[in-house]
Amino acid sequence: MAEPNVVLNNPGLAGTTREQELIAAVQRGQNELFYELVRPYERRVYAAALAILRNETDAEDVAQEAMLKALANIRQFRAEAKFSTWLIQITVNEALMRRRRERTAVMEGIDDRRDEEGEYTPRDFADWREIPSEALERKEVREKLAEALASLDRKYREVFVLRDVEQLNIQETAEALGISVASVKTRLLRARLMLRDLLAGGWEQGWFSRLPFEKGSKPW
Amino acid sequence: MVNGKAVNCELVWREISNYLEDDVDAGLRTAMDEHFRTCKKCASVLAGMQNVVRLYGDERMIEVPAGYGRRLEKRLARDARVRSRGWSTWSAWLVPVAALVLITGGLKWASSLTVAHPLQSEHAQPGRNIPPDMVVVVSVGAKEFHRPGCEVIHNKDKTRTLTATEAIREGYVPCVRCLRKYVQVAEAETGSEESESEVHADADLDMRPRGVR
Repeated sequence: MAEPNVVLNNPGLAGTTREQELIAAVQRGQNELFYELVRPYERRVYAAALAILRNETDAEDVAQEAMLKALANIRQFRAEAKFSTWLIQITVNEALMRRRRERTAVMEGIDDRRDEEGEYTPRDFADWREIPSEALERKEVREKLAEALASLDRKYREVFVLRDVEQLNIQETAEALGISVASVKTRLLRARLMLRDLLAGGWEQGWFSRLPFEKGSKPW
Repeated sequence: MVNGKAVNCELVWREISNYLEDDVDAGLRTAMDEHFRTCKKCASVLAGMQNVVRLYGDERMIEVPAGYGRRLEKRLARDARVRSRGWSTWSAWLVPVAALVLITGGLKWASSLTVAHPLQSEHAQPGRNIPPDMVVVVSVGAKEFHRPGCEVIHNKDKTRTLTATEAIREGYVPCVRCLRKYVQVAEAETGSEESESEVHADADLDMRPRGVR
């Protein structure tokens, strides 16, 4: 028999407490509350899948599969872990399995063996200032940022997305992708530097031309 | 300074990501802080990287397909309904039972469609425990199937290759020369008290053609 709906009767609970209540309720069998539990993370789940699969249809499908898997295994979730991290790790695992099945990794994996040795030298040293987050309200800016991210090699893109978009820590990123902590750090450095250079180049092309920067200064 | 020494740009670029992660020791952090104050290039690299981390970490950067959330919610709701019925209700066990009935019935029906060929030789032994995927050859007008290379294959220029299972299904019997051990097993078991159920329980296939006992 389903438990009384304690969560919906306490809508004023703080975020974390509310999440804990939702988790406990779903673990007791109130499956209808699962969407409320995962809704804050649904976009991040999709982004994680997309970073690995690079195909919107596959990413959505894997996002749904990952959610269903999380629901099926919710009793295995332990309170000491962070729910969003657990969810993202399931998603990454599902996406990696999907990619292995479809053998796309064979094509993209070729470049995994090179270019972690040697150092990356930044190319652009213009004056800088902080880009206001409001810039992201503009679709054009979001698209340019997404294009820059998509242009990275798979190994850099995956690490960057898990660390800087999904907010997993270095260790969690390493575990999710099955690579070493040292590799995560190396790839993350490269990804951040490359994105910085790509976006600095974008500045020259006027991506942020309607932003209120001072003449002659760059956000980079 | 690291141990009292200033750091150069190359070291700063190498460690700048770790610096943002707060994953450098105190000495290096102090040295890098000092370097950023005096080196415009490295200050530019740091500021750019901070912009990258901050902008991409903003949830607004994540674009999802139109209707994504609604489709996800519907799928989860559908799954939740199925789960909430629980295993104690009749519908929960009826489904697997019905599936089992269908599968069993389907198998019986499929097997009934298989044409049971009579043995090509009524005096021959059908053989037992022959590996089902064993490659064998048969020849036109002959009654036996053979291992490739068997010396007693008739009409060697008119042979065809098939598996032991297929050969048996077509009514061929194993050659007593090249497949003797399988025939002897069958002979040894003939007249034994092995029950019918034990025969069916045998992990190896009963290689006798269907309908022939």
